[in-house]
Amino acid sequence: MFGYLEQIVFIIIFSFFGFLIFRRSKTIYRNISLGKKEYKSFNNRSEKIKNVLLLALGQKKMFKKIIPAILHLLIYVGFILINIEVLEIILDGVFGTHRVFASIFNNSYHYVISFFEFLAILVIISCVFFSIRRNILKIDRFQKVELFGWPNLDANIILIAEIILMVAILTMNAADLSLQSVNSENYTKTGLFYFSNYLTPMLNGFDESQLIFIERTAWWIHIVGIFSFALYVTYSKHLHIFLAFPNTYHANNEPLGKMKNMPEITSEINMMLGDANNTEVQEQTINRFGAKDISDLSWKNLLDAYSCTECGRCTEECPANLTGKKLSPRKIMMDTRDRAEEYGKILDQNGNPEIKNFLLDSYVTREEINACTSCNACTEACPININPLEIILELRRYVALEESKAPNEWNMMFQNIETNFSPWKFPIEDRFKWNKENE
Amino acid sequence: MNSKTISIKELIESGNPPEILFWIGCAGSYDERYKKVTKSFVQILNELNINYGVLGKEEGCTGDPARRAGNEYLFQMQAINNINLLNTYNVKRIVTACPHCFNTIKNEYPALGGEYEVQHHSEFLEELLDEGKIQVEKSKEKITYHDSCYLGRANNIYSAPRKVIDSLKSDLIEMKRNKQNGLCCGAGGAQMFKEAEEGKKSINIERIEEAIDSGATTIASACPFCLTMMSDGIKEKNQEENIKTKDIVELLAENLKSKKQN
Repeated sequence: MFGYLEQIVFIIIFSFFGFLIFRRSKTIYRNISLGKKEYKSFNNRSEKIKNVLLLALGQKKMFKKIIPAILHLLIYVGFILINIEVLEIILDGVFGTHRVFASIFNNSYHYVISFFEFLAILVIISCVFFSIRRNILKIDRFQKVELFGWPNLDANIILIAEIILMVAILTMNAADLSLQSVNSENYTKTGLFYFSNYLTPMLNGFDESQLIFIERTAWWIHIVGIFSFALYVTYSKHLHIFLAFPNTYHANNEPLGKMKNMPEITSEINMMLGDANNTEVQEQTINRFGAKDISDLSWKNLLDAYSCTECGRCTEECPANLTGKKLSPRKIMMDTRDRAEEYGKILDQNGNPEIKNFLLDSYVTREEINACTSCNACTEACPININPLEIILELRRYVALEESKAPNEWNMMFQNIETNFSPWKFPIEDRFKWNKENE
Repeated sequence: MNSKTISIKELIESGNPPEILFWIGCAGSYDERYKKVTKSFVQILNELNINYGVLGKEEGCTGDPARRAGNEYLFQMQAINNINLLNTYNVKRIVTACPHCFNTIKNEYPALGGEYEVQHHSEFLEELLDEGKIQVEKSKEKITYHDSCYLGRANNIYSAPRKVIDSLKSDLIEMKRNKQNGLCCGAGGAQMFKEAEEGKKSINIERIEEAIDSGATTIASACPFCLTMMSDGIKEKNQEENIKTKDIVELLAENLKSKKQN
């Protein structure tokens, strides 16, 4: 079907995109590795696998909102299964064949392709609904300030790209059917494709060579589109299609209320109390208490950030955001990823990333982190168990421990605890007084 | 009150170490409103002759607000002091009426050497009800339950406080946002101890409007901070005449059958 020249062009394009995606993946992996190594999930293997099966593969938490969950599931199933057709296209491209699976599936080939077409139509419908929700119905969580500009455009580009890819498949198949009906050479009979069949009347006016041109163009648009989309995803908010899996695998099923312990503080206290035996000093690895920048967060925090697809279910549930405060857990994740990107870029230019900008202040403001009630609504809401709260609390730790710049009222509360062992200013003597009072 | 609460120190000195330590918490010790909750719980403990003690003056803040506000150092100082004390008294089992104390002692003290069996008072009361040790009269109140984040999402305790309310055979009305989706009262994460950041509304007002909409005559809670925030909200909305705010143990204590027989 293909000339050698087209095969070579295809292989070059394929390798080129493969190389770019590989290089970008390495960068993302490096950026995530900028986080501290100390994080370790307490889950055992079966819990980890269960998390992946339930949350990533099964999308369990998505179903808290039934309509978007179904639309999302359709796109997801569509994309995974249509990849079988992408495999066929790649094989055709490399070996110069045409519809190589037709000879394998034989008489059932047209059923398989028709099923893919059915999925393609469902994907188109879902993407249209999603665009309407985002741009016309203006669902509240898509109208927050942190989405203005690039993030909104990013989301729409992805929706449009998915629609274009699916339209290309259908066009390609319709042209193929038309070519089969005029007994064109190379276009072997496959049997009817039940959905693109309805598009063939639109191609009635074209002669064979024009049809071949349309079929080839749609073929190239689809496959180069898929490659471009795969590359684009690595730069966009859309990485969750891959990272949801490792992210849920490495998640922690411990009670949400449990805060990460700081053993380095314990050793300081033990040292101060003269308990040297209990002290494993690891001073060399400790730069800061808490987090001022992404390098102070754990690699899991950064994986969280790269996995976030900015759906905003966290922000929608956040009591601070609901009542008009600046805090938005989604923004915390977006800021963390953006800063990790910037940090990585500076490193690539052999610069020192921690001179001008930091995660705290340059990206996340103190007003935001101070507004958090640590209620875990965000972590509960996230379909793939991303934890914005941990990042907020690590930033607070830096402010309180390294800068002693916690809000004044908190400093007074600290003082009360230090002197009276209670956050309020009551004398220790009165602590047991309730027992003597009459009802 | 039929008997006084005795400190664990005295109990041990007199050769009767208690089975259970009732961890009062700072709000339960000092806050005028929450002291009533402490007394209600003590009333039930005494009535059932439960073998318990308290730390009394020796108890100190668990460190929760310091930790959430970022001061890990102060948290660990508090925690280590408390753990040393608890271990000295050989405490095995702790019950507390504060979800923040509960979460901290249960989930965070083990990493610092404090391993105890810890229960929130809702779980403890649920057990007593299940065992048939508490008999209560029917209540006429229409009750809604406000989930505490540190009990609910933080520790997955949703049914225990509801079972306590169910025992009153009153109508439990759920607010729109409940259980996993419950809305915070606004005081967690050390917010109790500072003014809120600038915004359009107070979180407790957002919540209290939902509670008022539910048509309940009593808002039940199981956390000192939630109780404060709900009571403040009711005051601000001028609904004090119509809607009461109560802890679940107060509801039980008010409707105890044995109490009425006395």
